[in-house]
Amino acid sequence: MSELLKIENLHVSVGDKELLHGINLTVEKGKVHVIMGVNGAGKSTLMHAIMGNPAYKITKGRILFEGQDITELSVDKRAKLGIFLSFQSPVAVAGITMENFIRTTKTTVSGQQQKVFAFKKLLKERMNNLSMDASYAERYLNDGFSGGERKKSEILQLRLLEPKLALLDETDSGLDVDAVRIVSKNISEYHNENNSILLITHLNQILQLIKPDVVHILIDGQIVREGGAELADEVEQNGFDAYRLAVKGDGNDEA
Amino acid sequence: MTKHEEKKRSNIEDVNRSIYDIKDKVEYSFKADTGLTEEIIREISSQKEEPEWMLEKRLAALKIYDKLDVPPWMPDISDLDMSHIDTYVRPRTDMKGSWEELPENIRDTFDRLGIPEAEKTSLAGVGAQYDSEVVYHNVHEALAKQGVIYVDFETAVKQYEDLVRPVFGTLIPPSYHKFAALHYAAWSGGSFVYVPKGVEVSMPLQSYFRLNAPGAGQFEHTLIIVDEGASCHFIEGCSAPKYNVANLHAGAVELFVRKGANLRYSTIENWSKNMYNLNTKRSLVEEDGSMTWVSGSFGSHVSCLYPDTVLKGDRSKAEFTGITFAGKGQYLDTGSKIECLGKETTATVHSKSLSKGGGTAIYRGVVHIGPKAQGAKVSISCESLMLDNESRSDTIPDIIIENDNIDLGHEAKIGRIPDENIYYLMTRGLSEEDAKAMLVRGFAEPISKELPLEYAVEMNKLIDLEFEGSIG
Repeated sequence: MSELLKIENLHVSVGDKELLHGINLTVEKGKVHVIMGVNGAGKSTLMHAIMGNPAYKITKGRILFEGQDITELSVDKRAKLGIFLSFQSPVAVAGITMENFIRTTKTTVSGQQQKVFAFKKLLKERMNNLSMDASYAERYLNDGFSGGERKKSEILQLRLLEPKLALLDETDSGLDVDAVRIVSKNISEYHNENNSILLITHLNQILQLIKPDVVHILIDGQIVREGGAELADEVEQNGFDAYRLAVKGDGNDEA
Repeated sequence: MTKHEEKKRSNIEDVNRSIYDIKDKVEYSFKADTGLTEEIIREISSQKEEPEWMLEKRLAALKIYDKLDVPPWMPDISDLDMSHIDTYVRPRTDMKGSWEELPENIRDTFDRLGIPEAEKTSLAGVGAQYDSEVVYHNVHEALAKQGVIYVDFETAVKQYEDLVRPVFGTLIPPSYHKFAALHYAAWSGGSFVYVPKGVEVSMPLQSYFRLNAPGAGQFEHTLIIVDEGASCHFIEGCSAPKYNVANLHAGAVELFVRKGANLRYSTIENWSKNMYNLNTKRSLVEEDGSMTWVSGSFGSHVSCLYPDTVLKGDRSKAEFTGITFAGKGQYLDTGSKIECLGKETTATVHSKSLSKGGGTAIYRGVVHIGPKAQGAKVSISCESLMLDNESRSDTIPDIIIENDNIDLGHEAKIGRIPDENIYYLMTRGLSEEDAKAMLVRGFAEPISKELPLEYAVEMNKLIDLEFEGSIG
């Protein structure tokens, strides 16, 4: 087993406010990690920090990807190394069709020109897997898409770009039961021993379909518990309050 | 998406204008004195061997020109000194009917601009203006057989006086503004199109204007009459090589859309960045007629361009789609004017502008709904994108409504590219500059898809080049 992602003592601020207070996290190749925690705990912040969003300042610590320090690397270079973020609320881009967009990004990330017809065929197949109507390929990216359709569009991109590390930020939220099943199935089909998933979720349904290897509980900008799949069941039964108490009084103002 | 295959270059002017900026050795068979006097006007007229009525029009216009002031709302044009502008420059060639007969250097210029190829493949006729005279003109025989007339304006004045004289200067009178007066005094070259009743010209007619001589002004006149139930698409493309002396373009375009006729008029202006483009365009639409403007303004130092549609007939329609891209050192004041006079007239205006590197893009729009225009419907939307903090964008609407039974919508948006959109594209591997270029192309897409294909391609190239090497 080799380490794909290693986060060491990561402190992250937005403006003057520190949101993450020393995160340590290691993701090995082929594993599925889940981050759970209440709203505002810093889960999305962690995702954006790994992706390199310039709005999130790393004030201390570092991020290693396949042993390379990427703490200072720009977002696009991280994407080219094989990091992918599925957004909680993907933006719409008018004027660019989904097909052209994904083909362009696939060319950029893979460094290989995509043949138009071969790509079209693959795209159609992947869209079919996600129960997306073929007409969406010709529509502007996420423009006028419902919340659920945008999430499917993210997973469609995941499947076509085939990154080494998939950061999935509440991919299941806003989806109906059937859509969660379809999306989960696609994520499972993407996953293999050479790539890893770091998933944020509030719901257990997706974890029945994508079995986590490691569960992290993030409260007030700190990881307070780690365990196996059984930890997710524990949270489902007891809620987060027990973990919240564990960090209370350590001086941060987030609670 | 196109990959940049060319070597990276940081300066847009260096790259984009390269094919336009090749100057040819200037050779003239005749050159008028600089500045504008009655003597020059008489000389122009006699050189053209034109009828007396035209000379009278010119001289009357010159008097108006001398009387009128520059409109107070206009952008600063104080660098423009009319006494140093040649009003008439005639290349050493007479008009030719075939490409091979043109002098080599002139043919080279048009070859570089890709015109003969375009003509062969998709255009029904080409009129290319090299400086002031139209040197080449051709209409497919089939069209000529249908009675379609497409000739240079000098020929039209002599051969089609019955069609030209009654309408020339009636839609845009010399008193319209100072530069219209200048135009009528000094006009030279241009196109005349007549489409007879019921004839549908399926392929677009194209003219290509180009200024070559240093300090030469260009005052071409375009007059199109689309007769009852006929239809036509005219493409006007403009470009000029770069010179240090201020250049002036003050053309006039008069379009007559008769009962039930359709006219689509597409323009791409990519003048060099020292051009003063003070162009006037106006269309008169009769009952059930329809006028469509597609307008792209990329070049020039200062532009004032507001195509005006007079919806005179009941149920007549106008549609205006325009994009303006103002870069460094450019002040592009563009827009549209809609005048609803007839009943149940409809007009739609879509305007987009981009400004970058300290450029200024203004949308100036006038809507006038007259007292008899019951049931008029007008919808206007303008969106502006400023690509940095130095650039400027403004929307100046002017709306006059003289009856109660109308429907008018005006929507204006001015903004920047949202950071979260750039971030999103970067998470998919696109560099910051590629992400921005893609977002700008997307912003322009609804307009660029209306442009003739070769111009749409050129516009996308221009956007890509604007971003290449601009970051980091």
